[in-house]
Amino acid sequence: MLIFLIKRLGVMLLTALCLTFVVFFLTNLYPNLEKVAKLEGTQRMTDAQVATFLERNGYTQPVFTRYGEWLGVLPGFTYTNDEGKVTGRCIRRGVEAATAPVRCGVLQGDFGWSVVFKDNVGPIVWKRLGLTGKLMLTVLLVMIPSALIIGVLAGMREGSRLDRFLSTFSIATTATPEYVSGVILIVVFSSRVVDLKWFKGTATSAMEDANLGNFTLPVITIALYGMGYIARMTRASMAEVMTAQYIRTARLKGVSFPNIVLRHALRNALIAPFTVIMLQFPWLLTGVVIVETLFNYKGFGWLLVQAAGNNDIEMLLSVGIVSVIVVLVTQLISDIGYVYLNPRIRIG
Amino acid sequence: MAKWDYDGPILEIENLSISFFTRMQEIPAVMDFSCTVQPGEAMGLVGESGCGKSTVALGVMQDLGVNGKVVSGTIKFKGRDLNEMSAEELRDLRGSEIAMIYQEPMASLNPAMKVGQQLAEVPMIHEGASKEAAWDLARQVVEDVRLPDPERILSSFPHQLSGGQQQRIVIAMALMSKPSLLILDEPTTALDVTVEAGIVDLVKALGVKYGTSMLFISHNLGLIMDVCDRLCVMYSGEAVETGSIKDVFDKMQHPYTQALFRSIPLPGADKNTHPLVAIPGNFPLPHERPNGCNFGPRCDYYQDGLCNISDLSMVTIDGDDRHESRCLRIPDIDWDAPIAVAIEQESAELGDVVLKFDNLKKYYEVSANALFGSSGASKVVKANETLSFDAREGETLAIVGESGCGKSTLAKVLMGLETATAGSIQMHGEEIGAVPIQDRDTETVSSVQMVFQNPFDTLNPSMSVGRQIIRALEIFGIGDNNSERRAHMLELMDLVKLPREFADRMPRQLSGGQKQRVGIARAFAGDAKIVVADEPVSALDVSVQAAVTDLLMEIQRKERTTLLFISHDLSIVRYLSDRVMVMYLGHVVELGTTDQVFSPPYHPYTEALLSAVPIADTRVVKKRIVLDGDIPSAVNPPPGCPFQTRCRWKSEVPGGICDTEVPPIQTLSNGHQLKCHLTEEILETMEPVIKFAAE
Repeated sequence: MLIFLIKRLGVMLLTALCLTFVVFFLTNLYPNLEKVAKLEGTQRMTDAQVATFLERNGYTQPVFTRYGEWLGVLPGFTYTNDEGKVTGRCIRRGVEAATAPVRCGVLQGDFGWSVVFKDNVGPIVWKRLGLTGKLMLTVLLVMIPSALIIGVLAGMREGSRLDRFLSTFSIATTATPEYVSGVILIVVFSSRVVDLKWFKGTATSAMEDANLGNFTLPVITIALYGMGYIARMTRASMAEVMTAQYIRTARLKGVSFPNIVLRHALRNALIAPFTVIMLQFPWLLTGVVIVETLFNYKGFGWLLVQAAGNNDIEMLLSVGIVSVIVVLVTQLISDIGYVYLNPRIRIG
Repeated sequence: MAKWDYDGPILEIENLSISFFTRMQEIPAVMDFSCTVQPGEAMGLVGESGCGKSTVALGVMQDLGVNGKVVSGTIKFKGRDLNEMSAEELRDLRGSEIAMIYQEPMASLNPAMKVGQQLAEVPMIHEGASKEAAWDLARQVVEDVRLPDPERILSSFPHQLSGGQQQRIVIAMALMSKPSLLILDEPTTALDVTVEAGIVDLVKALGVKYGTSMLFISHNLGLIMDVCDRLCVMYSGEAVETGSIKDVFDKMQHPYTQALFRSIPLPGADKNTHPLVAIPGNFPLPHERPNGCNFGPRCDYYQDGLCNISDLSMVTIDGDDRHESRCLRIPDIDWDAPIAVAIEQESAELGDVVLKFDNLKKYYEVSANALFGSSGASKVVKANETLSFDAREGETLAIVGESGCGKSTLAKVLMGLETATAGSIQMHGEEIGAVPIQDRDTETVSSVQMVFQNPFDTLNPSMSVGRQIIRALEIFGIGDNNSERRAHMLELMDLVKLPREFADRMPRQLSGGQKQRVGIARAFAGDAKIVVADEPVSALDVSVQAAVTDLLMEIQRKERTTLLFISHDLSIVRYLSDRVMVMYLGHVVELGTTDQVFSPPYHPYTEALLSAVPIADTRVVKKRIVLDGDIPSAVNPPPGCPFQTRCRWKSEVPGGICDTEVPPIQTLSNGHQLKCHLTEEILETMEPVIKFAAE
């Protein structure tokens, strides 16, 4: 078990390293750097000014050197100007050059400086991740139980009227993308068109204080989309399990139908959807982009849009790391949970 | 609902008809079926697949699914009609009064529940027992089914048990609330013969102990004879003959029963002098049944204008105990007439040695954990240990052993799907043991071919039969163009006695026997010199087995092919092979001609194996040797003699060398080889396992 975990962590680190390097390389192409320079300085900088800016801030060093600096394995870039004032990567505004650390990178816990938000990357990512985490958790709490209930109810009697109804429902919700269902929900529940006005059409206030009024619509929008998918998987798995011979054994030893479903079928039927549910986490992380934009909820998805739109190099890199960690950790949980559900598999 | 007392028969089925309804039509599965099971009696239902015997069982259980329905007739259990019971009443009955044991023990146990939980559930449902009481009872019943270490068994998951242990658990589950009626649906088909013998013994003993009546469904007449008091032979949805074992086995009064007995290899049958008589034609599909007698089109005694006019009913045979038959010509047929002897064949002369195995070894290295990488030390599975034997041209060498004995590994190495760890295989003096199949030249590949066990899985479902054979010809480089190959393919179809029109059919349009013929045609497409037949008939019905076996023999005689016949069915091995090789845990424990192996002196394992085979002949007296325990794992074989853990002769060997030394190969008279420490004097004292009672 321990060896397995260590191996998984190793894979995670390696993936994070590869991914960040790819992102680093792409964001450090010259046109992208020019954009950074103009964002930091002015839009009307001449090419020569851009070149000087890039040189003074260390952007002209070889890409591996810069990647090493970002990682924190190489000393941070410094520049001494004509007046003898030292500026550099690790010397933040208002900090004396002498007291600044030599290395400042991911290894030192410093995720860099966001040129868009003019602040340290770390705290921003944490804050936005927390907000999205709140949204995701609520979505999962709504989505997974209802998806499993729908799937099990539909799958326990394949071909019944209940099955047809629930299957149609889940196909319909999966087939409707969030930007359609979100708009429809806003129109129906919070606009004057239907005049229900039960919920708010924006979730900005939910960042501080989430309540039923401002949080319901974004949660429902995401949950509906993901729910249909999980429900379909659960239904298929349940329907298959219900035809298995051991279910017949249970039936013929006099187990009542509810008990067959709950005690004999459920655990076996959850094996397949469990992996799917775990795969929903990374999807949720990026899938929230649309919903966060739609409901103006400034979370991780919103942050990603901002960073990508302005070539905020260090922000993008951190976003990448977070994504890798989320994907791999959820897969790790999925593997471990799988072992629990399926006694035939044991982690040695 | 408490169990109620009733004096009459436990189960009375009268004129039962069951149909399955599809959107298109009604498919009758069982028609006009009657049978009675008295208290404490064991009733056998025998027939080929599709004859409706399982449908009868499910009908009794009232579990016919959405499409099945009892159309007419009654099923009375202890005097009450099951057809009229509510779902609630049925649920009370199932598991407490009527219990069922199934064919596939692995599939019929819930993989995600512990064994104890599954057992304890039964009394908890039916008797409202407390959890502790239920577990205590479970422990007791697990002991009753002779499983060691009940505590460990109860807290394990089904996959942690062997097939035989799983089936014992299923039996234990059925016995948990002491039912009045036990339905066993092919309970041993998925198990090895020695395990089967243990289960059969257990079922018989428990039947006596608990006084349970049994409905025993099987396609194996030998098993029915072992277990049952009476039997009912079914054909195409109808009971064709019913009566006591003695009456039906010795004085059969229906042509189908007779044909069935003639198509199974009983001791005394021989491929050259007493060939099997296959039943001609095919089993009719449920919606294509003929008028009148269903067996008519395949019957030797068929009379036009009599047998095909109206539905037949059962006729009581006078003088016997409740012996009935569904035939119009009972008085006209001379039931004692000897089998019309088919053309006696010359036994083929054996040619030169074509295949020589010399100290072949095949070890597999398995990591302790396949899924999560090699955490822990890797282990070595010794699948084959020092195999040395040869095979001659035109010879049939049977390789016998239970699952896990390494017979399939041997075939894989020979085919080149695996390479040998050590030792050599020489074909016509050419070394092939270390050459994987992708490095073999076309000629070698085409001259070593294989007929597989399951014809249903080995044909490509989306390619016509003829095309698949032509494909083989293309690969073997036979024929210059397509039309030549097509002509050759048609010749092959003739060879395996399939109508030429079948070339354009898809595999799904063929029956199992026909598919196996295609498999044989494909194997012989490249003029194979050596054909490995891996259980070629075990997936087929009895009446088809004989035809396919004879075909294989006939082609072999014609082509002078060396046939390596891998099987666990000793009856068929005895019938068709020239020499037999018995394997156990990767070792060859006995090798000799068929007569040498099937008569004493035996290797102790061969002796147990022979005694385990059920034989459908009332005249045969068998010595019962039941092996204890399971086959040891090949990952961790016992030290010394591989068979020492289960050998009943072990005490005859002085000095306990069985525990420490692998026995040497002893060569007895005429090249009969045994791998055993027993001395020749002791071997001489062995008695034959199978004897005919004095006639």
